[in-house]
Amino acid sequence: MSQFETVIGLEVHAQLKTDSKIFCGCSTQYGAPPNTNICPVCTGQPGVLPVLNRKAVSFLVTTGLALGCSINPRSLFARKQYFYPDLPKNYQISQYELPLAERGCVDIVVAGETKRIRVHRIHLEEDAGKLLHAIGARTLDYSLVDLNRTGVPLMEIVSEPDLRSPEEAVAYLTKLKSILEYLGVSDCDMEEGKFRCDANVSIRPVGQKELGTKAEIKNMNSFSGVRDAIAYEVERQKNIIASGGKIVQETRLWNADTKESHSMRSKEEAHDYRYFPDPDLVPIELDERYLDSLRKELPELPEARCARLVGVLGLSAYDAGVITAEKALADYYEEALKTAGGEPHGKTTTPDAAETSAAKMLANWTITELIGRLNTAGKTIVQSPVVPQHLGRLVFLVRTGALSGKMGKTVIEEMFISGRPPEEIIKEKGLVQISDETAIGKLCDEALTESPKAIEEYKAGKERALGALVGLVMKKSKGQANPAAVNKILKEKLS
Amino acid sequence: MEITVKEVDYVARLARLKLSGQEKDVFAGQMASILGYIGQLNTLDTTVVTPTSHALNVSNVMRDDVVRSTDLRQREQLLDNAPERDGDFFRVKKVIE
Repeated sequence: MSQFETVIGLEVHAQLKTDSKIFCGCSTQYGAPPNTNICPVCTGQPGVLPVLNRKAVSFLVTTGLALGCSINPRSLFARKQYFYPDLPKNYQISQYELPLAERGCVDIVVAGETKRIRVHRIHLEEDAGKLLHAIGARTLDYSLVDLNRTGVPLMEIVSEPDLRSPEEAVAYLTKLKSILEYLGVSDCDMEEGKFRCDANVSIRPVGQKELGTKAEIKNMNSFSGVRDAIAYEVERQKNIIASGGKIVQETRLWNADTKESHSMRSKEEAHDYRYFPDPDLVPIELDERYLDSLRKELPELPEARCARLVGVLGLSAYDAGVITAEKALADYYEEALKTAGGEPHGKTTTPDAAETSAAKMLANWTITELIGRLNTAGKTIVQSPVVPQHLGRLVFLVRTGALSGKMGKTVIEEMFISGRPPEEIIKEKGLVQISDETAIGKLCDEALTESPKAIEEYKAGKERALGALVGLVMKKSKGQANPAAVNKILKEKLS
Repeated sequence: MEITVKEVDYVARLARLKLSGQEKDVFAGQMASILGYIGQLNTLDTTVVTPTSHALNVSNVMRDDVVRSTDLRQREQLLDNAPERDGDFFRVKKVIE
Protein backbone atom coordinates (compact mmCIF):
# COMPACT_ATOMS: atom_id res chain seq x y z
CA MET A 1 0.00 0.00 0.00
CA SER A 2 1.29 3.45 -0.86
CA GLN A 3 1.95 6.06 1.81
CA PHE A 4 -0.84 8.52 2.49
CA GLU A 5 -0.73 12.11 3.59
CA THR A 6 -3.47 13.56 5.79
CA VAL A 7 -4.96 16.90 4.77
CA ILE A 8 -7.03 18.86 7.30
CA GLY A 9 -8.81 22.18 7.13
CA LEU A 10 -10.62 23.56 10.17
CA GLU A 11 -13.66 25.77 10.51
CA VAL A 12 -13.85 27.41 13.89
CA HIS A 13 -16.95 29.16 15.15
CA ALA A 14 -16.16 31.52 18.00
CA GLN A 15 -18.85 33.40 19.84
CA LEU A 16 -18.09 37.10 20.00
CA LYS A 17 -18.18 38.61 23.47
CA THR A 18 -20.92 41.16 22.93
CA ASP A 19 -23.63 41.89 25.48
CA SER A 20 -26.43 41.95 22.92
CA LYS A 21 -27.17 39.82 19.87
CA ILE A 22 -25.84 40.62 16.43
CA PHE A 23 -29.02 42.09 14.92
CA CYS A 24 -31.23 42.93 17.91
CA GLY A 25 -30.95 44.08 21.52
CA CYS A 26 -31.63 40.71 23.16
CA SER A 27 -29.08 39.57 25.73
CA THR A 28 -26.47 36.95 24.81
CA GLN A 29 -26.28 35.68 28.39
CA TYR A 30 -25.51 31.96 28.52
CA GLY A 31 -27.77 29.69 30.55
CA ALA A 32 -30.80 32.00 30.75
CA PRO A 33 -34.17 30.24 31.18
CA PRO A 34 -35.49 28.93 27.82
CA ASN A 35 -36.79 31.51 25.36
CA THR A 36 -36.32 34.48 27.65
CA ASN A 37 -33.88 36.34 25.41
CA ILE A 38 -36.06 36.53 22.35
CA CYS A 39 -37.80 39.24 20.35
CA PRO A 40 -39.55 39.62 16.98
CA VAL A 41 -36.20 40.11 15.17
CA CYS A 42 -34.36 36.99 16.38
CA THR A 43 -37.43 34.78 16.14
CA GLY A 44 -37.88 35.78 12.51
CA GLN A 45 -41.27 37.52 12.62
CA PRO A 46 -42.41 39.03 9.34
CA GLY A 47 -41.63 42.67 8.71
CA VAL A 48 -38.83 43.13 11.24
CA LEU A 49 -35.56 44.82 10.41
CA PRO A 50 -32.19 43.57 11.68
CA VAL A 51 -29.66 46.26 12.70
CA LEU A 52 -26.00 45.30 12.94
CA ASN A 53 -24.13 45.38 16.27
CA ARG A 54 -21.14 47.71 15.87
CA LYS A 55 -19.08 45.83 18.46
CA ALA A 56 -19.43 42.50 16.63
CA VAL A 57 -17.83 44.16 13.59
CA SER A 58 -14.97 45.66 15.57
CA PHE A 59 -14.29 42.34 17.35
CA LEU A 60 -14.09 40.53 14.04
CA VAL A 61 -11.90 43.17 12.42
CA THR A 62 -9.60 43.18 15.47
CA THR A 63 -9.22 39.41 15.08
CA GLY A 64 -8.56 39.82 11.36
CA LEU A 65 -5.85 42.39 12.05
CA ALA A 66 -4.24 40.21 14.72
CA LEU A 67 -4.10 37.27 12.29
CA GLY A 68 -2.60 39.45 9.57
CA CYS A 69 -5.67 39.35 7.34
CA SER A 70 -6.63 41.80 4.63
CA ILE A 71 -9.75 43.63 5.74
CA ASN A 72 -12.14 44.16 2.86
CA PRO A 73 -13.00 47.85 2.52
CA ARG A 74 -16.50 46.77 1.52
CA SER A 75 -18.26 43.77 2.98
CA LEU A 76 -21.72 42.24 2.53
CA PHE A 77 -24.20 40.08 4.38
CA ALA A 78 -25.90 37.21 2.58
CA ARG A 79 -28.80 34.91 3.30
CA LYS A 80 -27.87 31.25 3.55
CA GLN A 81 -31.08 29.32 3.07
CA TYR A 82 -31.97 25.99 4.59
CA PHE A 83 -34.77 24.54 6.65
CA TYR A 84 -34.19 23.39 10.16
CA PRO A 85 -36.29 24.01 13.28
CA ASP A 86 -33.46 25.81 15.09
CA LEU A 87 -33.48 28.48 12.38
CA PRO A 88 -36.71 30.47 12.63
CA LYS A 89 -36.24 32.62 9.50
CA ASN A 90 -35.35 29.60 7.32
CA TYR A 91 -32.20 31.45 6.43
CA GLN A 92 -29.10 32.31 8.37
CA ILE A 93 -27.62 35.76 7.95
CA SER A 94 -23.99 35.14 7.11
CA GLN A 95 -21.36 36.43 4.72
CA TYR A 96 -20.59 34.83 1.39
CA GLU A 97 -19.00 37.10 -1.15
CA LEU A 98 -16.86 39.80 0.44
CA PRO A 99 -16.38 38.60 4.04
CA LEU A 100 -14.90 41.12 6.47
CA ALA A 101 -11.44 39.51 6.58
CA GLU A 102 -9.43 37.27 4.25
CA ARG A 103 -5.96 35.75 3.92
CA GLY A 104 -4.33 35.65 7.34
CA CYS A 105 -2.23 33.12 9.20
CA VAL A 106 -1.58 31.39 12.50
CA ASP A 107 1.91 30.14 13.37
CA ILE A 108 2.04 26.88 15.27
CA VAL A 109 4.89 24.92 16.79
CA VAL A 110 4.78 21.15 16.48
CA ALA A 111 7.71 18.94 17.52
CA GLY A 112 9.93 22.00 17.80
CA GLU A 113 9.21 23.21 14.26
CA THR A 114 7.30 26.39 13.52
CA LYS A 115 4.74 26.05 10.78
CA ARG A 116 2.54 28.72 9.24
CA ILE A 117 -1.12 27.78 8.79
CA ARG A 118 -2.96 30.05 6.38
CA VAL A 119 -6.37 31.43 7.29
CA HIS A 120 -8.64 31.55 4.26
CA ARG A 121 -11.28 33.92 5.60
CA ILE A 122 -13.09 35.19 8.69
CA HIS A 123 -16.72 36.12 8.41
CA LEU A 124 -19.51 37.29 10.65
CA GLU A 125 -22.76 35.39 11.09
CA GLU A 126 -25.58 34.67 13.50
CA ASP A 127 -25.90 31.54 15.61
CA ALA A 128 -28.95 29.26 15.45
CA GLY A 129 -31.15 28.13 18.34
CA LYS A 130 -30.85 25.03 20.47
CA LEU A 131 -32.88 21.84 20.08
CA LEU A 132 -33.75 19.54 22.93
CA HIS A 133 -34.50 15.90 22.24
CA ALA A 134 -34.71 14.70 25.83
CA ILE A 135 -35.54 16.04 29.26
CA GLY A 136 -33.09 14.51 31.67
CA ALA A 137 -33.03 10.78 30.94
CA ARG A 138 -36.43 10.84 29.23
CA THR A 139 -36.24 10.84 25.42
CA LEU A 140 -39.01 12.89 23.86
CA ASP A 141 -41.02 11.82 20.84
CA TYR A 142 -40.93 15.46 19.71
CA SER A 143 -38.29 18.16 19.88
CA LEU A 144 -38.23 21.40 21.85
CA VAL A 145 -36.74 24.64 20.57
CA ASP A 146 -34.98 27.29 22.66
CA LEU A 147 -34.22 30.42 20.65
CA ASN A 148 -32.06 32.21 23.25
CA ARG A 149 -28.94 31.50 21.20
CA THR A 150 -30.52 32.52 17.91
CA GLY A 151 -28.82 35.65 16.66
CA VAL A 152 -25.82 35.46 18.98
CA PRO A 153 -22.82 36.78 16.99
CA LEU A 154 -20.31 34.26 15.72
CA MET A 155 -17.20 34.62 13.70
CA GLU A 156 -16.29 31.74 11.50
CA ILE A 157 -12.56 31.34 10.97
CA VAL A 158 -11.79 29.08 8.03
CA SER A 159 -8.28 27.71 7.62
CA GLU A 160 -6.68 26.58 4.38
CA PRO A 161 -6.12 22.80 4.18
CA ASP A 162 -2.59 23.26 5.55
CA LEU A 163 -2.76 20.93 8.54
CA ARG A 164 -1.21 17.48 8.18
CA SER A 165 -1.92 15.66 11.44
CA PRO A 166 -4.32 15.61 14.38
CA GLU A 167 -1.50 17.10 16.47
CA GLU A 168 -1.14 20.05 14.11
CA ALA A 169 -4.90 20.55 14.23
CA VAL A 170 -4.84 20.69 18.04
CA ALA A 171 -1.82 23.02 18.01
CA TYR A 172 -3.67 25.34 15.62
CA LEU A 173 -6.81 25.38 17.76
CA THR A 174 -4.81 25.95 20.94
CA LYS A 175 -2.98 28.88 19.38
CA LEU A 176 -6.11 30.36 17.86
CA LYS A 177 -8.00 30.09 21.14
CA SER A 178 -5.11 31.72 22.96
CA ILE A 179 -5.04 34.64 20.49
CA LEU A 180 -8.81 35.18 20.76
CA GLU A 181 -8.54 35.19 24.56
CA TYR A 182 -5.68 37.69 24.45
CA LEU A 183 -7.73 39.90 22.14
CA GLY A 184 -10.70 39.64 24.51
CA VAL A 185 -13.08 39.06 21.61
CA SER A 186 -14.40 35.68 22.78
CA ASP A 187 -14.63 33.69 26.00
CA CYS A 188 -13.76 30.59 23.96
CA ASP A 189 -15.53 28.36 26.47
CA MET A 190 -15.85 25.04 24.67
CA GLU A 191 -18.28 23.57 27.18
CA GLU A 192 -20.64 26.47 26.61
CA GLY A 193 -20.25 26.06 22.86
CA LYS A 194 -18.48 29.40 22.50
CA PHE A 195 -15.60 27.85 20.57
CA ARG A 196 -16.67 25.10 18.16
CA CYS A 197 -14.75 23.34 15.48
CA ASP A 198 -15.59 21.36 12.35
CA ALA A 199 -12.87 19.50 10.49
CA ASN A 200 -12.58 18.77 6.80
CA VAL A 201 -10.44 15.66 6.49
CA SER A 202 -9.09 13.88 3.43
CA ILE A 203 -6.10 11.74 2.53
CA ARG A 204 -4.01 11.52 -0.63
CA PRO A 205 -1.01 9.51 -1.77
CA VAL A 206 2.21 11.28 -0.78
CA GLY A 207 3.33 13.46 -3.67
CA GLN A 208 -0.12 13.91 -5.18
CA LYS A 209 -1.15 17.53 -5.65
CA GLU A 210 -4.91 17.22 -5.94
CA LEU A 211 -6.90 16.92 -2.74
CA GLY A 212 -8.74 13.69 -1.99
CA THR A 213 -12.48 13.55 -1.35
CA LYS A 214 -13.13 15.03 2.07
CA ALA A 215 -15.46 14.23 4.90
CA GLU A 216 -16.64 16.97 7.22
CA ILE A 217 -16.55 16.01 10.89
CA LYS A 218 -18.81 17.82 13.33
CA ASN A 219 -19.72 17.67 16.99
CA MET A 220 -16.26 17.62 18.53
CA ASN A 221 -16.59 19.31 21.91
CA SER A 222 -13.02 19.29 23.15
CA PHE A 223 -9.48 19.42 21.82
CA SER A 224 -8.97 15.76 22.63
CA GLY A 225 -12.22 15.07 20.76
CA VAL A 226 -10.81 16.87 17.72
CA ARG A 227 -7.62 14.84 17.90
CA ASP A 228 -9.46 11.53 18.30
CA ALA A 229 -12.06 12.30 15.64
CA ILE A 230 -9.46 13.23 13.03
CA ALA A 231 -7.29 10.20 13.83
CA TYR A 232 -10.39 8.00 13.55
CA GLU A 233 -11.36 9.57 10.22
CA VAL A 234 -7.89 9.10 8.73
CA GLU A 235 -7.94 5.41 9.68
CA ARG A 236 -11.46 5.02 8.30
CA GLN A 237 -10.49 6.52 4.96
CA LYS A 238 -7.28 4.47 4.75
CA ASN A 239 -9.26 1.30 5.38
CA ILE A 240 -11.79 2.14 2.69
CA ILE A 241 -9.06 2.77 0.13
CA ALA A 242 -7.11 -0.33 1.20
CA SER A 243 -10.18 -2.47 0.58
CA GLY A 244 -10.66 -0.95 -2.86
CA GLY A 245 -13.50 1.40 -1.93
CA LYS A 246 -14.06 5.09 -2.64
CA ILE A 247 -14.47 7.92 -0.15
CA VAL A 248 -17.82 9.67 -0.40
CA GLN A 249 -18.18 13.31 0.45
CA GLU A 250 -20.36 13.50 3.54
CA THR A 251 -20.87 15.08 6.93
CA ARG A 252 -20.08 12.83 9.87
CA LEU A 253 -20.93 13.28 13.53
CA TRP A 254 -18.35 12.46 16.18
CA ASN A 255 -19.52 10.57 19.25
CA ALA A 256 -17.15 11.24 22.14
CA ASP A 257 -18.52 8.31 24.17
CA THR A 258 -18.09 5.56 21.59
CA LYS A 259 -15.10 7.31 19.96
CA GLU A 260 -16.63 6.74 16.54
CA SER A 261 -18.27 8.91 13.92
CA HIS A 262 -21.33 8.17 11.85
CA SER A 263 -22.70 9.64 8.68
CA MET A 264 -25.35 12.36 8.93
CA ARG A 265 -27.55 10.99 6.18
CA SER A 266 -30.06 13.80 6.30
CA LYS A 267 -27.41 16.22 5.12
CA GLU A 268 -26.07 14.08 2.31
CA GLU A 269 -28.16 15.87 -0.25
CA ALA A 270 -25.96 18.36 -2.06
CA HIS A 271 -25.97 21.71 -0.24
CA ASP A 272 -27.60 24.40 -2.27
CA TYR A 273 -28.07 27.38 -0.02
CA ARG A 274 -29.03 29.84 -2.77
CA TYR A 275 -26.99 32.61 -1.20
CA PHE A 276 -27.93 36.16 -2.12
CA PRO A 277 -27.16 39.56 -0.59
CA ASP A 278 -29.49 40.30 2.32
CA PRO A 279 -31.54 43.34 1.28
CA ASP A 280 -32.24 44.14 4.96
CA LEU A 281 -28.60 44.82 5.73
CA VAL A 282 -26.65 47.48 3.91
CA PRO A 283 -22.94 47.00 3.10
CA ILE A 284 -20.21 47.60 5.66
CA GLU A 285 -17.58 50.04 4.47
CA LEU A 286 -14.42 50.37 6.52
CA ASP A 287 -11.83 53.07 6.00
CA GLU A 288 -8.15 53.17 6.97
CA ARG A 289 -8.82 55.52 9.87
CA TYR A 290 -11.14 52.96 11.45
CA LEU A 291 -8.64 50.16 10.87
CA ASP A 292 -5.84 52.26 12.35
CA SER A 293 -7.85 52.96 15.46
CA LEU A 294 -8.32 49.21 15.98
CA ARG A 295 -4.68 48.46 15.14
CA LYS A 296 -3.59 50.87 17.87
CA GLU A 297 -5.71 49.03 20.40
CA LEU A 298 -4.32 45.58 19.64
CA PRO A 299 -3.02 44.11 22.90
CA GLU A 300 0.23 42.26 23.37
CA LEU A 301 -0.28 38.82 21.80
CA PRO A 302 1.02 35.48 23.13
CA GLU A 303 4.17 35.43 20.99
CA ALA A 304 5.20 38.96 21.95
CA ARG A 305 4.49 38.30 25.61
CA CYS A 306 6.49 35.08 25.50
CA ALA A 307 9.40 36.90 23.88
CA ARG A 308 9.24 39.59 26.58
CA LEU A 309 9.32 37.03 29.40
CA VAL A 310 12.36 35.42 27.80
CA GLY A 311 14.13 38.62 26.77
CA VAL A 312 13.38 40.87 29.72
CA LEU A 313 12.87 38.48 32.61
CA GLY A 314 15.28 35.78 31.53
CA LEU A 315 12.81 32.88 31.65
CA SER A 316 13.56 29.78 29.61
CA ALA A 317 11.65 29.54 26.33
CA TYR A 318 9.85 26.52 27.71
CA ASP A 319 8.67 28.21 30.91
CA ALA A 320 7.65 31.37 29.06
CA GLY A 321 5.75 29.29 26.52
CA VAL A 322 3.80 27.46 29.21
CA ILE A 323 2.98 30.65 31.08
CA THR A 324 1.88 32.70 28.07
CA ALA A 325 -0.13 29.97 26.32
CA GLU A 326 -3.16 31.08 28.27
CA LYS A 327 -3.78 34.76 28.85
CA ALA A 328 -5.28 34.20 32.31
CA LEU A 329 -2.18 32.30 33.39
CA ALA A 330 0.19 34.96 32.05
CA ASP A 331 -1.85 37.64 33.85
CA TYR A 332 -1.68 35.57 37.05
CA TYR A 333 2.07 35.18 36.72
CA GLU A 334 2.76 38.86 36.16
CA GLU A 335 0.48 39.81 39.03
CA ALA A 336 2.29 37.38 41.34
CA LEU A 337 5.64 38.70 40.16
CA LYS A 338 4.85 42.10 41.66
CA THR A 339 4.87 40.58 45.15
CA ALA A 340 7.65 38.08 44.45
CA GLY A 341 9.95 41.07 44.20
CA GLY A 342 10.56 40.93 40.50
CA GLU A 343 9.77 42.83 37.40
CA PRO A 344 6.63 44.95 37.45
CA HIS A 345 4.32 44.55 34.47
CA GLY A 346 5.27 46.42 31.35
CA LYS A 347 8.77 47.43 32.48
CA THR A 348 11.22 47.09 29.65
CA THR A 349 14.51 48.06 31.22
CA THR A 350 16.93 45.32 32.12
CA PRO A 351 16.06 43.85 35.51
CA ASP A 352 18.73 43.23 38.11
CA ALA A 353 19.85 39.78 39.24
CA ALA A 354 17.36 39.66 42.11
CA GLU A 355 14.48 40.41 39.79
CA THR A 356 15.58 37.77 37.32
CA SER A 357 15.94 35.19 40.04
CA ALA A 358 12.49 36.07 41.38
CA ALA A 359 11.01 35.73 37.89
CA LYS A 360 12.61 32.35 37.31
CA MET A 361 11.76 31.01 40.72
CA LEU A 362 8.16 32.17 40.40
CA ALA A 363 7.91 30.52 36.97
CA ASN A 364 9.10 27.30 38.55
CA TRP A 365 6.66 27.47 41.42
CA THR A 366 3.82 28.41 39.11
CA ILE A 367 4.44 25.55 36.71
CA THR A 368 5.45 22.74 39.06
CA GLU A 369 3.60 23.59 42.27
CA LEU A 370 0.51 25.48 41.20
CA ILE A 371 -0.45 24.17 37.74
CA GLY A 372 0.18 20.61 38.82
CA ARG A 373 -2.23 21.00 41.74
CA LEU A 374 -4.81 22.80 39.60
CA ASN A 375 -4.74 20.01 37.02
CA THR A 376 -5.21 17.37 39.68
CA ALA A 377 -8.12 19.30 41.16
CA GLY A 378 -9.63 19.90 37.70
CA LYS A 379 -9.50 23.67 38.21
CA THR A 380 -8.53 26.47 35.86
CA ILE A 381 -6.10 29.22 36.83
CA VAL A 382 -9.02 31.60 37.33
CA GLN A 383 -10.43 29.22 39.94
CA SER A 384 -7.11 28.90 41.75
CA PRO A 385 -7.58 28.88 45.53
CA VAL A 386 -4.13 30.50 45.77
CA VAL A 387 -4.36 34.13 44.68
CA PRO A 388 -1.39 35.57 42.74
CA GLN A 389 -0.32 37.94 45.57
CA HIS A 390 -0.05 34.99 47.98
CA LEU A 391 2.03 32.88 45.62
CA GLY A 392 4.25 35.89 44.96
CA ARG A 393 4.79 36.47 48.67
CA LEU A 394 5.56 32.80 49.28
CA VAL A 395 8.18 32.83 46.53
CA PHE A 396 9.61 36.04 48.00
CA LEU A 397 10.03 34.31 51.37
CA VAL A 398 11.75 31.31 49.80
CA ARG A 399 13.98 33.44 47.61
CA THR A 400 15.15 35.61 50.48
CA GLY A 401 15.90 32.55 52.61
CA ALA A 402 13.22 33.11 55.28
CA LEU A 403 11.78 29.76 54.24
CA SER A 404 13.44 26.69 52.81
CA GLY A 405 12.16 25.28 49.53
CA LYS A 406 10.89 22.28 51.38
CA MET A 407 8.97 24.41 53.85
CA GLY A 408 7.59 26.40 50.97
CA LYS A 409 6.12 23.24 49.51
CA THR A 410 4.43 22.43 52.80
CA VAL A 411 3.03 25.96 52.90
CA ILE A 412 1.67 25.96 49.34
CA GLU A 413 0.03 22.61 50.00
CA GLU A 414 -1.86 24.26 52.84
CA MET A 415 -2.52 27.46 50.84
CA PHE A 416 -4.08 25.39 48.06
CA ILE A 417 -6.45 23.71 50.50
CA SER A 418 -7.44 26.72 52.58
CA GLY A 419 -6.73 29.72 50.34
CA ARG A 420 -5.08 31.42 53.32
CA PRO A 421 -2.08 33.76 52.99
CA PRO A 422 1.37 32.16 53.43
CA GLU A 423 2.37 34.26 56.48
CA GLU A 424 -0.59 32.94 58.46
CA ILE A 425 0.29 29.32 57.73
CA ILE A 426 3.98 29.87 58.46
CA LYS A 427 3.17 31.43 61.82
CA GLU A 428 0.74 28.69 62.73
CA LYS A 429 3.17 25.90 61.88
CA GLY A 430 6.18 27.72 63.28
CA LEU A 431 7.89 27.36 59.93
CA VAL A 432 10.63 29.94 59.98
CA GLN A 433 13.98 29.17 58.52
CA ILE A 434 16.90 29.77 60.84
CA SER A 435 19.77 31.36 58.98
CA ASP A 436 21.35 33.02 61.98
CA GLU A 437 24.90 31.64 62.14
CA THR A 438 25.21 31.81 65.90
CA ALA A 439 22.05 29.77 66.43
CA ILE A 440 23.05 27.25 63.78
CA GLY A 441 26.57 27.09 65.17
CA LYS A 442 25.15 26.15 68.55
CA LEU A 443 23.14 23.30 67.06
CA CYS A 444 26.18 22.14 65.09
CA ASP A 445 28.25 21.99 68.28
CA GLU A 446 25.59 19.84 69.91
CA ALA A 447 25.52 17.50 66.93
CA LEU A 448 29.30 17.18 66.84
CA THR A 449 29.44 16.34 70.54
CA GLU A 450 26.87 13.62 70.07
CA SER A 451 28.55 11.99 67.06
CA PRO A 452 32.26 11.48 67.56
CA LYS A 453 32.12 8.56 65.15
CA ALA A 454 30.88 10.73 62.32
CA ILE A 455 33.70 13.19 62.93
CA GLU A 456 36.22 10.38 62.72
CA GLU A 457 34.75 9.06 59.51
CA TYR A 458 34.65 12.51 57.96
CA LYS A 459 38.23 13.18 58.87
CA ALA A 460 39.13 9.77 57.37
CA GLY A 461 37.78 11.09 54.08
CA LYS A 462 34.21 9.84 54.12
CA GLU A 463 32.23 12.76 52.67
CA ARG A 464 29.02 10.93 53.42
CA ALA A 465 29.51 11.34 57.14
CA LEU A 466 28.86 15.06 56.71
CA GLY A 467 25.38 14.29 55.41
CA ALA A 468 24.54 12.44 58.60
CA LEU A 469 25.68 15.43 60.64
CA VAL A 470 23.65 17.87 58.55
CA GLY A 471 20.65 15.61 59.02
CA LEU A 472 21.11 15.64 62.76
CA VAL A 473 21.31 19.45 62.89
CA MET A 474 18.21 19.72 60.72
CA LYS A 475 16.41 17.40 63.09
CA LYS A 476 17.45 19.43 66.09
CA SER A 477 16.15 22.60 64.38
CA LYS A 478 12.86 20.87 63.52
CA GLY A 479 13.73 21.33 59.87
CA GLN A 480 14.01 25.08 60.23
CA ALA A 481 17.74 25.57 59.83
CA ASN A 482 18.96 26.76 56.47
CA PRO A 483 20.61 23.62 55.05
CA ALA A 484 23.21 25.56 53.07
CA ALA A 485 24.26 27.45 56.19
CA VAL A 486 24.41 24.21 58.22
CA ASN A 487 26.65 22.65 55.59
CA LYS A 488 28.97 25.61 55.57
CA ILE A 489 29.25 25.92 59.34
CA LEU A 490 29.83 22.18 59.90
CA LYS A 491 32.62 22.18 57.33
CA GLU A 492 34.24 25.17 59.02
CA LYS A 493 34.06 23.49 62.40
CA LEU A 494 35.52 20.24 61.07
CA SER A 495 38.39 21.78 59.21
CA MET B 1 -34.82 30.97 -22.14
CA GLU B 2 -36.37 27.64 -21.29
CA ILE B 3 -37.09 26.26 -17.83
CA THR B 4 -37.82 22.54 -17.60
CA VAL B 5 -40.25 20.91 -15.19
CA LYS B 6 -37.22 19.21 -13.64
CA GLU B 7 -35.76 22.59 -12.74
CA VAL B 8 -39.09 23.67 -11.26
CA ASP B 9 -39.13 20.47 -9.21
CA TYR B 10 -35.65 21.20 -7.88
CA VAL B 11 -36.44 24.77 -6.87
CA ALA B 12 -39.73 23.68 -5.35
CA ARG B 13 -37.92 21.09 -3.25
CA LEU B 14 -35.40 23.67 -2.03
CA ALA B 15 -38.31 25.92 -1.03
CA ARG B 16 -40.27 23.00 0.51
CA LEU B 17 -43.20 23.63 -1.86
CA LYS B 18 -45.49 20.90 -3.10
CA LEU B 19 -46.73 21.66 -6.60
CA SER B 20 -49.26 19.90 -8.78
CA GLY B 21 -48.33 18.85 -12.31
CA GLN B 22 -50.35 21.68 -13.75
CA GLU B 23 -48.72 24.24 -11.43
CA LYS B 24 -45.29 23.04 -12.49
CA ASP B 25 -46.11 23.75 -16.11
CA VAL B 26 -47.51 27.18 -15.27
CA PHE B 27 -44.46 28.11 -13.15
CA ALA B 28 -42.02 26.81 -15.73
CA GLY B 29 -43.56 29.23 -18.20
CA GLN B 30 -43.61 32.14 -15.76
CA MET B 31 -40.03 31.58 -14.62
CA ALA B 32 -38.85 31.39 -18.21
CA SER B 33 -40.59 34.66 -18.95
CA ILE B 34 -39.11 36.42 -15.87
CA LEU B 35 -35.61 35.16 -16.51
CA GLY B 36 -35.89 36.01 -20.17
CA TYR B 37 -36.83 39.58 -19.30
CA ILE B 38 -33.94 39.94 -16.82
CA GLY B 39 -31.74 38.19 -19.35
CA GLN B 40 -31.83 41.30 -21.53
CA LEU B 41 -29.15 42.65 -19.19
CA ASN B 42 -26.79 40.05 -20.57
CA THR B 43 -26.64 42.00 -23.83
CA LEU B 44 -24.90 44.88 -22.00
CA ASP B 45 -21.19 45.13 -21.32
CA THR B 46 -20.95 45.33 -17.50
CA THR B 47 -17.22 44.69 -17.13
CA VAL B 48 -16.65 48.12 -15.58
CA VAL B 49 -19.80 48.18 -13.45
CA THR B 50 -19.57 47.31 -9.73
CA PRO B 51 -22.04 44.51 -8.94
CA THR B 52 -25.12 46.00 -7.29
CA SER B 53 -25.98 44.35 -3.99
CA HIS B 54 -28.44 46.92 -2.73
CA ALA B 55 -30.80 49.41 -4.30
CA LEU B 56 -29.90 52.16 -1.80
CA ASN B 57 -26.62 53.97 -1.71
CA VAL B 58 -26.30 53.58 2.06
CA SER B 59 -23.70 51.78 4.15
CA ASN B 60 -22.73 51.19 7.80
CA VAL B 61 -26.10 51.23 9.50
CA MET B 62 -25.20 49.94 12.94
CA ARG B 63 -26.33 50.06 16.53
CA ASP B 64 -24.37 50.18 19.79
CA ASP B 65 -23.99 46.98 21.77
CA VAL B 66 -26.73 47.68 24.28
CA VAL B 67 -29.08 45.07 25.75
CA ARG B 68 -32.76 45.78 25.63
CA SER B 69 -34.54 43.70 28.23
CA THR B 70 -37.11 41.21 27.04
CA ASP B 71 -40.69 42.39 26.77
CA LEU B 72 -42.40 39.58 28.66
CA ARG B 73 -45.82 40.15 27.13
CA GLN B 74 -44.27 40.02 23.69
CA ARG B 75 -42.39 36.87 24.63
CA GLU B 76 -45.71 35.22 25.53
CA GLN B 77 -47.14 36.28 22.19
CA LEU B 78 -44.15 34.89 20.32
CA LEU B 79 -44.54 31.53 22.04
CA ASP B 80 -48.33 31.54 21.65
CA ASN B 81 -48.16 32.33 17.95
CA ALA B 82 -46.03 29.29 17.20
CA PRO B 83 -47.82 26.30 15.64
CA GLU B 84 -47.09 24.37 18.84
CA ARG B 85 -45.99 25.52 22.26
CA ASP B 86 -44.81 23.39 25.18
CA GLY B 87 -44.39 25.49 28.32
CA ASP B 88 -41.35 27.71 27.82
CA PHE B 89 -40.45 26.01 24.54
CA PHE B 90 -41.50 25.94 20.93
CA ARG B 91 -42.44 22.40 20.05
CA VAL B 92 -41.65 20.79 16.70
CA LYS B 93 -41.73 17.35 15.13
CA LYS B 94 -38.92 15.14 16.31
CA VAL B 95 -35.63 16.02 14.66
CA ILE B 96 -32.64 13.96 15.57
CA GLU B 97 -29.37 13.28 13.85
